[in-house]
This record gives sequence, structure tokens and C-alpha cells, in this order.
Amino acid sequence: MLQVGPARKIYDVCIVGSGAGGGTAAKVLTEGGLNVVMLEAGPRLDPDKDFKEHMWPYQLPHRGVGVGGRQRGIGDEFMAKNGFWEIDGEPYTTAPGSGFRWFRSRIEGGRTNHWGRIALRFGPADFRSRSTDGMGDDWPISYEELAPYYDKVESYIGVFGSKENVPNSPDGIFQPPPKPRCTETLVKKACDQLHITCIPSRMAILTKALNGRDACHYCAQCGRGCRSASNFSSSQVMIPPAAATGRLTMIANAMAREIVVGKDGKAEAVSYVDKTTKTEQRVYAKAVVVAASACETARLLLNSKSASFPNGIANGSGVVGRYLTDSVGSDLVGHFPQLEKMPAHNHDGVGGMHLYMPWWRFGQKNEFLRGYHIEFGGGRNMPGVGEFDYVCETQEGYGAALKQKCRSVYGTFIGFSGRGEMIPNENCFCELDPEVKDKWGIPVLRFHWKWGENELKMADDMQQTFRQIIEAAGGTVLVGARRHSKPSGDVQQQSNSISTGGAIIHELGTVRMGSDPKTSVLNGHCQAHEVKNLFVADAAPFVTNPDKNPTLTIMALAWRTSEYLLDQAKKMEV
Amino acid sequence: MSADAVTRRAVLKSLTIGAVAGSAMRVIPLDAAEAAHEMILAEKDKAGAYAPKLFDAADYKTLQTLCETIIPADADSGGAIEAGAPEFIDLLTSENDEYQKTLGGGVKWLDATCKTRYGKAYLECAQGQQKEILDLIAFRKNAETDESLASAVEFFTLLRNMTADGFFTSRIGIKYLGYKGNTFLTHFDGCPAVEGV
Repeated sequence: MLQVGPARKIYDVCIVGSGAGGGTAAKVLTEGGLNVVMLEAGPRLDPDKDFKEHMWPYQLPHRGVGVGGRQRGIGDEFMAKNGFWEIDGEPYTTAPGSGFRWFRSRIEGGRTNHWGRIALRFGPADFRSRSTDGMGDDWPISYEELAPYYDKVESYIGVFGSKENVPNSPDGIFQPPPKPRCTETLVKKACDQLHITCIPSRMAILTKALNGRDACHYCAQCGRGCRSASNFSSSQVMIPPAAATGRLTMIANAMAREIVVGKDGKAEAVSYVDKTTKTEQRVYAKAVVVAASACETARLLLNSKSASFPNGIANGSGVVGRYLTDSVGSDLVGHFPQLEKMPAHNHDGVGGMHLYMPWWRFGQKNEFLRGYHIEFGGGRNMPGVGEFDYVCETQEGYGAALKQKCRSVYGTFIGFSGRGEMIPNENCFCELDPEVKDKWGIPVLRFHWKWGENELKMADDMQQTFRQIIEAAGGTVLVGARRHSKPSGDVQQQSNSISTGGAIIHELGTVRMGSDPKTSVLNGHCQAHEVKNLFVADAAPFVTNPDKNPTLTIMALAWRTSEYLLDQAKKMEV
Repeated sequence: MSADAVTRRAVLKSLTIGAVAGSAMRVIPLDAAEAAHEMILAEKDKAGAYAPKLFDAADYKTLQTLCETIIPADADSGGAIEAGAPEFIDLLTSENDEYQKTLGGGVKWLDATCKTRYGKAYLECAQGQQKEILDLIAFRKNAETDESLASAVEFFTLLRNMTADGFFTSRIGIKYLGYKGNTFLTHFDGCPAVEGV
């Protein structure tokens, strides 16, 4: 007998993902009057329960490194349980010879819960790479078109910095920057000698109260999550105003499986696995905004196969998954004995650097194309597990001498990290693995990776620069530089100085924008060429991956895309 | 506490405001966290000595002694035992096969070797004998000249790292280093001016 169910609920928009892009879209769309349903693959975030802000290591039996001492660095016990290099039952694979690591979040707010809060605008040249040096492609939009949205994002979330007029590193709307720490003063002096630009960093952390959020209290623990929301996270800054409109329906623990295409060739629903009940569900919406993070977004599109789209929704061009890039990363640590003379003092500051070096050789003839910026940090931080591994290794022995040595060198190390632009190449992409599925039965991604010559040269240049700075500042280079990760198995390390692909967690470009539907998936509004009610609002649409961390641009672009969607909705075009 | 540090009163006040204003202004009072920690410590004292999860009583005693030898008490602070390093090491080792092989095996090796060399387990050896055996395994170069020492050197290397971890992440270890942060400040002063730096 035919059952007649209740009328199907149709939302205006379904947003997949609650991170930087999804959160921004939720805020703009709900405040614009649309009814939004949001799918988040992880649980809701509860700062009171999930954040370990201000805890000492000795308040945790494992002192922060988790069961068996296995949780180190990103993902240690101090961080809200929100990000993982490996997720049980949700694998990804790498092609033979390809080293790639993929950091994923499964929690409300996504990776904005743990990110470094570095908030840099892309520069005018970053949007027209091909016109500038003949490599890669131009964006279909210009800096000038995105600039008003950078203004909106910065004004709303709060970013500190200073007006500097550095070529191709545009100034923004800034709160005052914090004063430099001793380590930073020392490095800046060396940079001044070397004519390397060293200026206040630009971070999404409040130095003045804003929109009901308190100013920073300088505990240096942004990475753990901040109960006073003095730093930016989507979960604490974007989702609450969206929820306050009464027009946001958040569905947590919802792993999107497929975007369902209707008879008219448009997206009509998103099917998902309710992880709590282990059931298949579906939400209907007039438009879909995918903001699941660049590679998850590509995966969802590729998995959305239909008669109209046998290679995945909106993928007639075959471009989905291609043009994958990450930042070029390289690290080196210096030891600065003169810091031993500093008396004990509070060195914490904000959670991250107070100064940085933007790309200072823009427009010059260099050994490689594009550029990099330098991040650095160290000094008298809260001691953690592993703090004295280096001293133990070099000093050896035991007893009073070892104990005293640890104290005397505590706070005298500074680590330098270069973050540079990778040019997309045909060897770097992700695709569906033909065999492997996750525990929900959803095909997983297989990564292909190989750095190009330009990236290898750039990483070598970073190492040379770090050495120059360390020596000019009166330090010595530590043997055995800190590495992000070592590739395993059959993967040949391409050079000693470059990071593994994906390790910098700036992977993007997999669903790129462009004016030509043959070579791009999205138009200049991040709207699919082939599916007018499908939008992407994370870093997947990026055409280039300049030496500026992607998050601020994700938000500016998501804001712009959302305003366009609102406009289209009003005109009944979507 | 410096003049810039937010006082306990201010923290508690902001907590009260937070209850009205919503999650945006909530902060955890550091003093409350400390108080909770003290209570846990007091409970532990009441319950008596720590019961090792992995090491048997004799081996745990050896482990404790080794930890204290690596980071001893001195005029400025207590040592590894007071810092809880042996508990930390026992806990992590009980959960990690690699650590079990290296540390568990190492303690056994130490006693067996002492029995062969001196006719007694490590703890019963004279101070000079203990020093002699530790000096053999506390330096990598000894394993280069005598390969049979390689796994013992590896054992001591791991134990030294973990003892330093346990000590320098403890309350007394952090105080010994002079770390001054993890506070609530209304503004950040930057680098203090010091002559000649």
C-alpha cells in the first residue's frame, strides 16, 4: 500500500562542513534570510569540556602525549580532540612512490579549531601568476574584486598586524600587534642587517575586545582552543551568529556520501551517513555549498556519480582532484647561547609568532619562481615532553650536570619555518581509490605526489636563508633539523630540506575556478559551470597556492560566494 | 604574581559575567584548576604509594633509583622521584610495546650484568660499582667500541629522555626552569631590557 509521508522538508541551502568556509557561508546566508542545514562529519564542540586551556602538563597523567606517549605535536592531549593524521576506519591511500599526508578534522569548526591563526591576504600578483611569470594559471577574479571581502572578514573576526606596504603582501584592517618577545627582537636585528623584511605578524587573535569577545590574555595556548574566544575559530565566531538567527539547522556526526542530482540536472539533496545511528539519511535543499576541505570536497564530488555526471558531479572537465598543491615547507633550528643571560620572565604572548618575514625579494630575479615567507618561534615556552631530547642526546651522561645543562639552555632555541608557493604540476592530484572504501562504504582518496624542481630549489634557498639569519644573530645551526615527517616504505625522499606533501596542511586547488569550463570546475563565483546551484566554499577553488596561509582567503572567498548566492536566491536564479 | 597578572578576584568576576554573557567571556580560573590538582594529590597520598602498572616491585625500585640518579635532587629543587617521573614512565611503558622491550629489558639486563660483574643486583652494588656500570651505558661511544653494549645504551638513552620529560613537565621541574607563563595578562610587555643582551 502506498504510504503518504509528511511533506518533504526542503532547506534553502545545505552546507557540507563547518570550518572556515562553511562557517562563513552559514553566517552570511542565515543573516541574509536563508534557511540553512549544515552537515558536520564530527561532533559538536563544547569548549568547557573539550578545551584544555591553562592546564599544566602534570595535571594529565600522560603529561600531554597520550596513551603510550604516541600523541605528539599537532593532535597532542592538550588540543581539543579535533584533528588527526589518521582516522580509524577512514583511511586514504597513496600511489606507489608518492609521499603524502592528510590532516583531517571531524568536529564542529573543523581545522579552524587548531590552525595557526596566521591571517595573510593574497597579493595582486598571486591572482595573475600566468600573466606574471608564464607558469600556472590566472584566477578568474582579481585582488581588487576580493579586497572588500578581506575587509569584511578582518573587521568581523579581528586580525592584528601593522601597515607596512610590503610589495604583494597587502596590508589589511588591523588591530594593534603585540610587542615582540626577546627571541623575536634578536632575530629582527639579524634580519635588519641582512635586509630581510621582518615585521609584526598578522594573526586572527584579538588584542582588543571585539563583538563581545574578550581581548587575548596572552597565555600562548591558542592551539588548545580558547574559552574566551579571543582567537578565531569557526565554531566560536561564525556558527554562533548563524545559530542566533534561528535559521541554522546543524546536523553533527553526519558524513556526506553523495550529492544527489535531480531530474533537472541540478543538485537536489545530500545523502549522508548518520554516524550515531549508522543509518543513511538525506537532506533536501535548493542549493548546495560544499566546504568539506579541499580534498574531502573533491572526494564528495567524485563520489556523486549519476547518469548526467558519470565522472562525478560537475566534473565533465575531469579537473576535479587535479591541480593539488601544498605549501613548500622547510625547517631549521638555531641555538642562541646569548639568550641564557635573559632572566626568567613571561615569554608567552599570543599563541604564535609576533613577528614574521613576508617574502622580501618580490619582483627580483631569483633562482626560482614565486616566493616564501618565514615563521619563527622558540624561547621560554611552557616545557613539554620532548623539550630536552636534544640536550639529552648531545650532553649524554646523567646527574647534576645534565640537570643544570637543561636549565641553562632552556629557552635558547629558535625554530625557523619557510612556507612557500608550489606551482601545480601534473604529478600531484587525488582520485578515488578503485578498491578501498572507508567503514561507511564510501570510496576513499588516493594521492599522487611529486614536488617540482622549482619547489626543491626554493626549499634549498630557505635552508640557506635560515643559516644566514641564525649566524647573523650569533647562533649556531642545530645538527639534525626538525622535520615535519619522514616518508615511509617505498617513498624516496626528494630532498633533505623539503617537507612531505600535505604535511604543511595547506592542501588545496582540487576543484578550481576558471573562466574556461574545459579546464576548470567553477566559475568566478565558485559556482559549478555545469550545476548552477552547486557552490564550493573552502580552498578547493583556489587557482594558486601562494606563500600566504589559505584560511583568510577561504573566508573572504566564501563570504563573496555567499553574497552572490543570496543575490541569486533573491532573483530566483538558483 | 606581577602587577599585570589578572587577579584571582578578576578571574572569578569574569566567570560570573560569563554566566550572563554566554560562552564568549568564560575563562577557567587557574586557581580552581590548581586547587583541583591539589585535591588529587592529597587523595593519592591518602591511598598510599603508587602501584606500578607494569614493573614488578623490585624492578620499579631500580627504575626509581635510576631516575633519581639521572635527575637528582639538589639545593634548587627535588629530583625525578618527587617529580613523579617513575610513575609517568611506568604508565607510558605499560601502554607501549617498544618501551616495554627497551626499558623492561634494560632493567633486567642491568641486574643480570651487575650479578655477573659484581655478584649482586644493581641496587645492592656499592656506589662505585653503580657508577662504573652506568658510565658504560650512558655514552654512545662505548657502544661503538663494544657492540654488546648497544641495547643497554639504547635503554639508558630512552630512560634519560623519559626521565627528563617526567621531571621537566612536573610542577617542581617547571619551577626549576623558571617558566613564568600560563597566566592571564591584560597586556603583554615584550622583552625585558637587559644590559648586554
